[in-house]
Amino acid sequence: MALAKITEVRGRAVHVPGDDIDTDRIIPARFMKCVTFDGLGEFLFYDVRKNADGSDKPHPLNDPKHAGATVLVSGANFGCGSSREHAPQAIYRYGFRGVVAESFAEIFFGNCTTLGIPCFSVSRADREALAALLAADPQAEVTMDVEKLEVRCAGKTFKASLRDSAHKGLVTGQWDPIGELLEGAPQIAKVASGLAYV
Amino acid sequence: MGKTLFQKVWDAHAVRTLSNGQTQLFIGTHLIHEVTSPQAFGMLRDLGLKVAFPHRTFATVDHIVPTDQFAEPYRDPLAQAMMDELRKNCAEFGVTFFDRATGKQGIVHIVGPEQGITQPGTTIACGDSHTSTHGAFGAVAFGIGTTQIRDLLATQTMAIGPLKVRRIQVDGKLLPGVYAKDVILHIIRVLGVNGGTGYAYEYAGEIFDGFSMEERMTVCNMSIEGGARVGYVNPDETTFQYLKGRPYAPKAAEWEAAVTRWRSFASDPDATYDDVVHIRGEDIPPTVTWGINPGQGISIDENVPSVETASESEKASVAEALEYMKLEPGAPIKGTKIDVAFMGSCTNGRYSDFVEVARYLAGRKVAPGVKAIAVPGSQGVAAILKEKGIDRVFAEAGFEWREAGCSMCLAMNPDKLVGDQLCASSSNRNFKGRQGSPTGRTILMSPLMVAAAAVEGRVSDAREVFGIHELATA
Repeated sequence: MALAKITEVRGRAVHVPGDDIDTDRIIPARFMKCVTFDGLGEFLFYDVRKNADGSDKPHPLNDPKHAGATVLVSGANFGCGSSREHAPQAIYRYGFRGVVAESFAEIFFGNCTTLGIPCFSVSRADREALAALLAADPQAEVTMDVEKLEVRCAGKTFKASLRDSAHKGLVTGQWDPIGELLEGAPQIAKVASGLAYV
Repeated sequence: MGKTLFQKVWDAHAVRTLSNGQTQLFIGTHLIHEVTSPQAFGMLRDLGLKVAFPHRTFATVDHIVPTDQFAEPYRDPLAQAMMDELRKNCAEFGVTFFDRATGKQGIVHIVGPEQGITQPGTTIACGDSHTSTHGAFGAVAFGIGTTQIRDLLATQTMAIGPLKVRRIQVDGKLLPGVYAKDVILHIIRVLGVNGGTGYAYEYAGEIFDGFSMEERMTVCNMSIEGGARVGYVNPDETTFQYLKGRPYAPKAAEWEAAVTRWRSFASDPDATYDDVVHIRGEDIPPTVTWGINPGQGISIDENVPSVETASESEKASVAEALEYMKLEPGAPIKGTKIDVAFMGSCTNGRYSDFVEVARYLAGRKVAPGVKAIAVPGSQGVAAILKEKGIDRVFAEAGFEWREAGCSMCLAMNPDKLVGDQLCASSSNRNFKGRQGSPTGRTILMSPLMVAAAAVEGRVSDAREVFGIHELATA
């Protein structure tokens, strides 16, 4: 399947501080009562963004200075917990096209990659420095350079890491594996026939 | 050089290497439920594809089913729509569906083992992170996202990179009143909520050898809470005994061949591991969480931490957890008043969980003002508990006895906390808002500790409440 090569994400960014931000927080369970992913964007971080009456709580995503941000910046072990793809879907549908964090939970990372959302890991010090730049100038443009694995902002460059397979998949436009998996049909049949329980 | 079970299962199921360097891995058993699969079936239709191995795909309904209403239509039209969608998808694509009418419905991670679908040396995947549960049988079982469900439906394979293997060896003996749940909460406390990133956890040693299958499932279930993608226990006689005679287990002449094959998948004695951790069983206390992730656990005898005593890197998360949980820093966790007691979930909603609790709960009453609900993990569990009169023990104690489902673990059905209610829960996650209220609070603990909290109305030491010390020394 021909897909866009994702070599760069560029735009404004918003910092959502905290470690171990789980997928329940990214999209609370009650919003998963749906049979499509449409409309999930509006429920992103709902319970930490909204009061019970629907009014806004203080939250970086509610700050008009960050409206239209396409890069999400956060702490360690981002996306832990449930395997729900609803979480990256909500992030994408809200308008984010890349995530920069100290580290990611594995299922979340895989889900994001398959949707073409690069997830860059940076050091704690670099995350804090990036957050400080965004606090000083919320309009600053951030570039996630997927080819060079760098985050650039306000003249500063931060080194990022990305698992090799994700890196390759994104820059070659092979981030959704379905086409390649289907091409393996003959080999799939061979493996299946060798498994006594299948 | 010897191999681990993980390596052997991986090698047997690897189809080929993909262009991004990942492996195309054959998944022998695909389990599906109503929450994460409808979009995948939708993608399948959009691509004009069929389910490649419908006979290796099994469905049940668990997250959204009401536990107080058997008949459809459900009061919640969204829940009914999800039920209808799953039923339609299974019928259209030829997938076996353990619908409620079959008597086999329940939480997907309880139904798979109960039906004998979960077997050693196999690969299993399901759109649910607690798929790690099935590793208790010596299967390599992955929680996956919806796009991967599509991949599996279409090809019975998925793209994934290999994992390192950490052997977690727990030897010695558990103290009386200490259960599998305490073991895994302790492991996660020691290794951290992201300590397992990049790893499969192999649980080994005297404690796991001596555990029943149900206890092994409890431990493997929460591997994901420690950041590990999968967790497993090597198959042994306990595993084979559990599987024998189950509906989907091999029969007659095939049984011996299967056992021989299953045995061969166990890690070799000289297998090499990427990491080995040793824990003494005697060092594991009854453990409860005080915070907002499963790694924030303490012994029932310890005090709630304070920001001042937390390490530099943890200060911010301790402060966040204390604020959310509204617990007093430095105060004992024991004695914290609870509002709700929840007994159930894929972690601790199995037959033996209810039987063990009933031993002690008989003749006791839930404290006034506490809402206590007991939710069997499957219709199969419910049926046998009813047959043995265990349901009545719970009901007479003041627990509401419910129909099978995920219930208040993640509260996608009507069972929810209200406001900032505090819940003593046998489930697996204490995340903010996890049990259905954006301000609801969860303390994770073993089923017996849930029962102790229910009868005392406070977080309590089950050993004191039920006199387990005395029994052990008598």
